[in-house]
This record gives sequence, structure tokens and C-alpha cells, in this order.
Amino acid sequence: MADTIAFKLNDKPVQLDVDGNRPLLWVLRTDLGLTGTKYGCGEGQCGACTVLLDGRAVRSCRTPAASVAGKKIQTIEALSYNGGLHPVQQAFLDEEAFQCGYCTPGMIMSAHALLSTNPAPSDEEIVQHMSGNICRCGTYPRIAAAIHRAAAGEAKK
Amino acid sequence: MTDKLLNAELEQHAVDRLRHLFEVNRRDLFKFLGAGIVVGVCAPTLLSQQSGRGRSSGDATPADIASWLHIGANGKVTVFTGKVEMGQNIRTSLTQQVAEELRTPEASVEMVMGDTDLTPFDMGTFGSRTTPTMGPQLRKAAASAREALVDLAAQRWQVDRAQLSAANGSVTDSKSGKNISYGELTHGEKLVKIIGPDAPVAAASQWHIAGAASPKVNGKAFVTGAHQYTSDITRPGMLYGKVLRPKAFNAKLVSLDSSAAEKMPGVKVVRDGDFVGVAAADSETASTALATIQAQWNAPQQVSEAELFAHLKAPGASANSGNGNRENGSIQAGMASATKTLSQIYTAAYIAHAPLEPRAAVAAWTDNKLTVWTGTQRPFGVREELATAFHVPTDRVRVIVPDTGSAYGGKHTGDAAVEAARLSKATGKPVKLVWTREEEFTWAYFRPAGVIEIKSGVHDDGTLAAWEYHNYNSGPAGIETFYTVANKRIEFHPADSPLRQGSYRGLAATANHFAREVHMDELAQLLKMDSLQFRLKNIADPRLRAVFETAAARFGWSKQQATPGRGFGIAGGFEKNGYIAMCAEVTAGPSGDVKITRVVAAFDCGAVVNPNGLRNQVSGAIVQAIGGALFEAIHFDNGRILNPHFRDYRVPRFRDLPEIQVELLDRKDVPSAGAGETPIVGLAPAVGNAIFSATGVRLRGLPLMAQALPLQSPAR
Ligand code: FES
Ligand code: FES
Repeated sequence: MADTIAFKLNDKPVQLDVDGNRPLLWVLRTDLGLTGTKYGCGEGQCGACTVLLDGRAVRSCRTPAASVAGKKIQTIEALSYNGGLHPVQQAFLDEEAFQCGYCTPGMIMSAHALLSTNPAPSDEEIVQHMSGNICRCGTYPRIAAAIHRAAAGEAKK
Repeated sequence: MTDKLLNAELEQHAVDRLRHLFEVNRRDLFKFLGAGIVVGVCAPTLLSQQSGRGRSSGDATPADIASWLHIGANGKVTVFTGKVEMGQNIRTSLTQQVAEELRTPEASVEMVMGDTDLTPFDMGTFGSRTTPTMGPQLRKAAASAREALVDLAAQRWQVDRAQLSAANGSVTDSKSGKNISYGELTHGEKLVKIIGPDAPVAAASQWHIAGAASPKVNGKAFVTGAHQYTSDITRPGMLYGKVLRPKAFNAKLVSLDSSAAEKMPGVKVVRDGDFVGVAAADSETASTALATIQAQWNAPQQVSEAELFAHLKAPGASANSGNGNRENGSIQAGMASATKTLSQIYTAAYIAHAPLEPRAAVAAWTDNKLTVWTGTQRPFGVREELATAFHVPTDRVRVIVPDTGSAYGGKHTGDAAVEAARLSKATGKPVKLVWTREEEFTWAYFRPAGVIEIKSGVHDDGTLAAWEYHNYNSGPAGIETFYTVANKRIEFHPADSPLRQGSYRGLAATANHFAREVHMDELAQLLKMDSLQFRLKNIADPRLRAVFETAAARFGWSKQQATPGRGFGIAGGFEKNGYIAMCAEVTAGPSGDVKITRVVAAFDCGAVVNPNGLRNQVSGAIVQAIGGALFEAIHFDNGRILNPHFRDYRVPRFRDLPEIQVELLDRKDVPSAGAGETPIVGLAPAVGNAIFSATGVRLRGLPLMAQALPLQSPAR
């Protein structure tokens, strides 16, 4: 049942022999040890598993491993470099836009995808784009503030 | 990985020699932590008498140490507490309090939390107890450690201790200007101090570090995805487990055919009574194997949602009246004296905690000793559960709680821990078990549903004449009315719940506040009085008045004029020593759709420890409350849950978010109360009352949007 799947993961080429029907989420978490991407429902309903596929936010729990062949995948682990934080991560930290933090990687990946196509989203656009991500702790106001903060930081550059 | 390597790694976690640390076995203690100063704090006896305390023979002390801290070389402070972090931010707020009293930078303080081998017994992290109990205990330990350090410096320099002061991790002699760090002072010392629960501490008005907005400890690990929740932990050679679930609650296994699963390579099937589970090298293989198992279950006929409220109220369903029953004056006389009376019934549905991290556990047996990592609010309770389930003494079980993906009262039990441990025992390998969302929605437990009946009477001047209150099943928390009324009877009637039910953030205080505060609104309407004025007329407690007045002022309550489809509501209360009042604005569309557009909350929980974390908690509680207020409900039929997915169980999302304003009434003169729960209780009634103001429709059941909402003219 194993298929050979090659794709770019966090800017490095990887090649895996896995069952192509397996959800990308579990390949990332179990086979590759990238546990920053979280399981929250496995049904595309919560956004905890959000990763970027060619720059677009997708739910990795609903993404068969085979479908990412030849594509570029980015996970939360890719965002920080040399110990420094990505501006979106920094904005989440500065606003303390989390409580238990379980939704945070998915929120950051969704926010990152939003900001890369829309550098200055309105409140309405944030709500539109982010409503697929659940924060059960109810930290939405601060997450929205963090997105605005990251957008403002980008604007200054 | 070989077994040898596995054992070597596990050994790092095998800390038998630490077992009796808190019995002040000096040699072991200092062997583990190195020389230094140790201060332990005795718990108030009430807390130590709770169940679950496995006392071993040969206790050297009353074993009532609730927490302790160690100051070692480099001035590093290690604090041990059985409390756990699950998003309520106590790792940070407790660190602040220790740093405050010890007068040392927060960065030098490390909290070891929720590890049954390392931390003293704690009955659990719930009921908003950490801030009022653990906070003061740790402040006392830290204060006492600081004084011991000053003593050491005085001895060393042979000077009067009065001329010494402690600050920034060191002691300074004001006369000579000499300075010595805590680390140097503890060097070679082996000092143990046990202090009582009433050692002195600084007043909140003197705080420098506590009381300020400290950033979350380890915040960076959360934004980088580096923090390891239970579900992220792996052990060498670990397998992934899945459990076969019955087709309905209370079902008995009649027959089982697991032959196909057993034939799958690397799959182990485990059967023990009605427990059937599988373990495999990855979770998908385990799921696939599980799906091949043919099982027949025999399930009894069970109460369904449609009959729920009648069932809870049925005479046979309620046992005797439980606790929470109070009676004063005479209801009969009170009602007779009233000019207006009202009798209404309120209901609340079962709701789910739905923590984003489902229940999970990693279990490993080595040498007949069990170690389990699991997200639970009761590490010692779960240790007990495991010891009982596997017939081993509690000292053979270690429970470690990584900072958890939230719980909200939903992670008191060790279900996943027991299951993982069973599979690990059978396979001889560490096993990770993570519940699916569907399992989480089905096999956890729920906030109790309930029926609340209120009969009341008022005088023309707006004072309450009588108050008769019956709560069926939902619970006694927050049942007492805080309004002044001479004649009252308040009873809680436990019932036989068709669904497994248990703790939930705020417990029954949400349902009781909903019923009481909606009823008060109905009385105000009956009297044609403003609902704020009517409340104030019946409130004696100045702190409660203050939150109502503050919320109303910030909201602009007196200036608001309802129009069709747009209304305003107010509600509030008192719970867990915190005072809350909320004003809400809603819009109701012609289709009956309700949107909460603005919420203003005023909250008084005594002296504020961390305003930043507190605001996050309060606003988070308000957002979470939107779900239970408007749309969250577990639907069930004959022992089955009908909506065990986020698709059909709606939780608050970005689009449901109102504008939220939180006013904190920082009361430096009163002890800090916990704040994780109380802010959740005010929203549902404020919103229910606002819907009435917008539409003229009085909704008396939670969730409010379960009922159709015919649009009528506004009520005020
Ligand atoms: S885990 Fe993928 S959307 Fe919830
Ligand atoms: S911070 Fe807990 S789920 Fe978002």
C-alpha cells in the first residue's frame, strides 16, 4: 500500500514511503515527529491542524498524503528561524493571544496565510478567514488583535 | 530502540527515591535537589482531609505539606505544587507570587506542577481554588525562605539582621553596602523549614511583581508549537491505541469477532471483560484494525432528550433533597403579603466541555511500575483510579500532567489514562491513546441538564416578598439568592441523570444564575420597573452593587432605548467569592437569528494578581458562555449521542464574537479569589433578557436559540 511521495516540507525536500490515503496530519505528527500541528477533530471543523499548502491554509487532517506530492508544505515549525520568531508568532506572543495554546499553531498558520494575501485585513475579513479555527478558550479578541498587530508591523517594513 | 535503552530512558523518570520527599527526608531531598534551603507549607487541614490521600507508613511529619520550594545554587528557585496548568495561567500567576515574596526575578523561578512523584498531594485544580489557597501558601513559603536567607546573611557577616534587606535575588547590608546572592548564601546549606498556613505575607497593596501584567511563562513554546501536550509525547517503542466503543451507553458486550484484526501485522487486540482495545504501530493502523472488529452489544432502553425534563422532575427520579437546601421565614406568609406573584420554569440542556485537546494519555509499565502522562485536573485522583484499576499500590503509579490543552472542568477523570495503561500492560510497550472528537463528545461527561422552578412575590415598592426555588438535577452551586428576601425556600433535588454528568466550569452556577436573573427581569417587567433599579433595590452587598453599577455605567444602561430587533439586558451575581455583572446588547433578525453585539462586564475578584492573564480569563469565559447561552446542546436518543461532531455541535467562533469590554475592580483590601469560573455565569441571563428587550419574547431554556423566535415588538 505504500506510495513514494516527494514534496517540499518547510523548505526542505522530503521523500516518504507511506500509504497515500493517510491524512497528512498523521504523517507529519507520527512519521516526521512534527507535533506542532495539532489534532482537534480530524473532520475539517476546527483548524487545529492547519498547515500551508503552496501558501494556502489547508486542514491537514483532510489532506491525503498523496495529494501533496510535488507541492510545498509549511508547518508551524517552519516559521521561527535561528531562534527568532516570525512576525505573526511575535504578535501572538505580544498580545498573549492564547490561554491553553492548543489552537495557537493552527491559528498562527491561518493568520499567516491571510496576511500573505491580504497584508492589512479588516475586522470583517479576519472574521471571514478565521471562522474555521476554533479557540475553545475563547481568545478570539486577542487573536484578532494579534493579526492587526502583525499587519501593522508588516506595513512598517 | 532496544529494551535496555528504553529502560535507561525510563529510568530518568523513575524517581522512587523522591517518593517521600515531602516527608522531609533531608538526605534524599538534598540528594535530588542539591544543597540549599527548603521551605514546606502545611495545608489548611480541610484540604488535606479530602479523599485520595494515600498515606504511607512511617510518615515523619503530619504529611500535610501542600507545597514546597527549594532555593539552590545559582539562586534557582524550584517550586513544587500539585496544581496543573491548562490555560488558566496559574503557572505564571504562581511564579509571580513566589518572585514577589522571595524578591527574586521571575526568570529564576521554576514551577514543577502536577507530578504525583514530585509534588505534594493536591486534590485537584478546580473550583477556582488555586488563587485563594495555593497562591497564599506559596507566598508564605517564599516569604519564609526570604527571611531564612536574611538570617543566613546576618550570621555570615555577624551583623544585626535589621540592617539587611533582600531584593533582586540577593541580600544587601545597608551599613557596609555588602551584597550576597541567594545562590551563594545557600551554598553548602541543608536547611529545612516547615511553616504553618498562617505565616505572614505582604499585603496586596505592597506588591511589585504580583499585581502586574507578567507575560505567560513559556509563552514562546506555545507560539512555536514546541510545547508538548500529552498527545505530543512519544516514548521509545511506543504503540498507538484505540478502544472499541459500545453502540450505546450501558451496553453489554454479547459477542465479539476480532479475528481479522488479530491477523493484521503488528496489531494486538486486547480484551478484558467488556473492554476491547487494539494497539498498533500508528494510529491509522489501529483505527483500521478496530473497524474490522465485529461486536454485538445489548443495550437497555434509555431516557431520550424528548422526555428529559419530565424525567428529571419525576418523583421517582429525585432522591431526597440534597445539600444546598435552605429555608427562612414563611413562603406562605410572604406570598400572601405580595402584591404581585410569578411562577415560572427554566431549563438547561446538557452541554459538552469540548476541550480542543481531547482526552489523551501515554502509559508505560516498567518493572511493575506504571507511569502515565495525561491531561487531567486531578493527577492524584487519576493515580488512585489507576491503582484501583490495576490492583497496585498508589506508590507504583506515577501520573504526570503536561500543561494541558484546556479542560473547563471536563478532565477530572482518568478514562484515557486507564485505557492506555490497560493496552500498555497487555502489549508490554508504552501506549499512546488520544480520544477522537467523536469519543470526546460521547464518552466524556456533560454539564448536568436541569429544570428550575421559581415562585416569587413582590411588593409594589419593588422589594421581594417571597422566593421559592427548586433546582432539579442541575446542581446546588450558585443556588442561593443574593437578593434580600425574608421568606425563602431554596432546594436542590438530585435526580437520576440519563447521561453521565459532572463538573463544568462554573458548575450549576450558570443555570442557577440564568433562572434567577431571568426571573428577576420578569419581575421587573411585572412591576414596570427598570431592571437595574429593581435589582439594586434588593441588593445589600456593596460589592455586588458596585459591579452592577459599574457595568451599567460603562455600558450606558440608562441611555439605551430598545428598538424592534435590537435590545439590551443586564444580569449578574456572586460566585466563588467573585462578583460579576454584565450588560449585553443583541440584535435579532427576522429569521430569529440572534447576534450578541456588545458585552460589558464588571468583575471584582479581590486583589488582582495578574491583570493581563485575568482579562484573558474573563473575556475567554464570556466567549465560552456564548455557546451555552445561545446554541450549545447535546442531543441524545436512547443511549446515543446524536451530535458528536463540531459540525452539529456548534461552539462559538470568530463570527459569534461581540465587542467585549471588561472592567476589573481591583480590591487590594480583600483576598484574591479565583477567576476561572465566575465570569461565565452572567452572560446567558444578560443575553436572554436582551432578547426579550429586542423581541418581546421571553426565553426560559438554555440554549436560548433552541427555540424558534417569533419577532414581536420590543419590551422596553
Ligand atoms: S483536526 Fe483538522 S480541522 Fe480539526
Ligand atoms: S487557547 Fe485554548 S483553545 Fe485556543
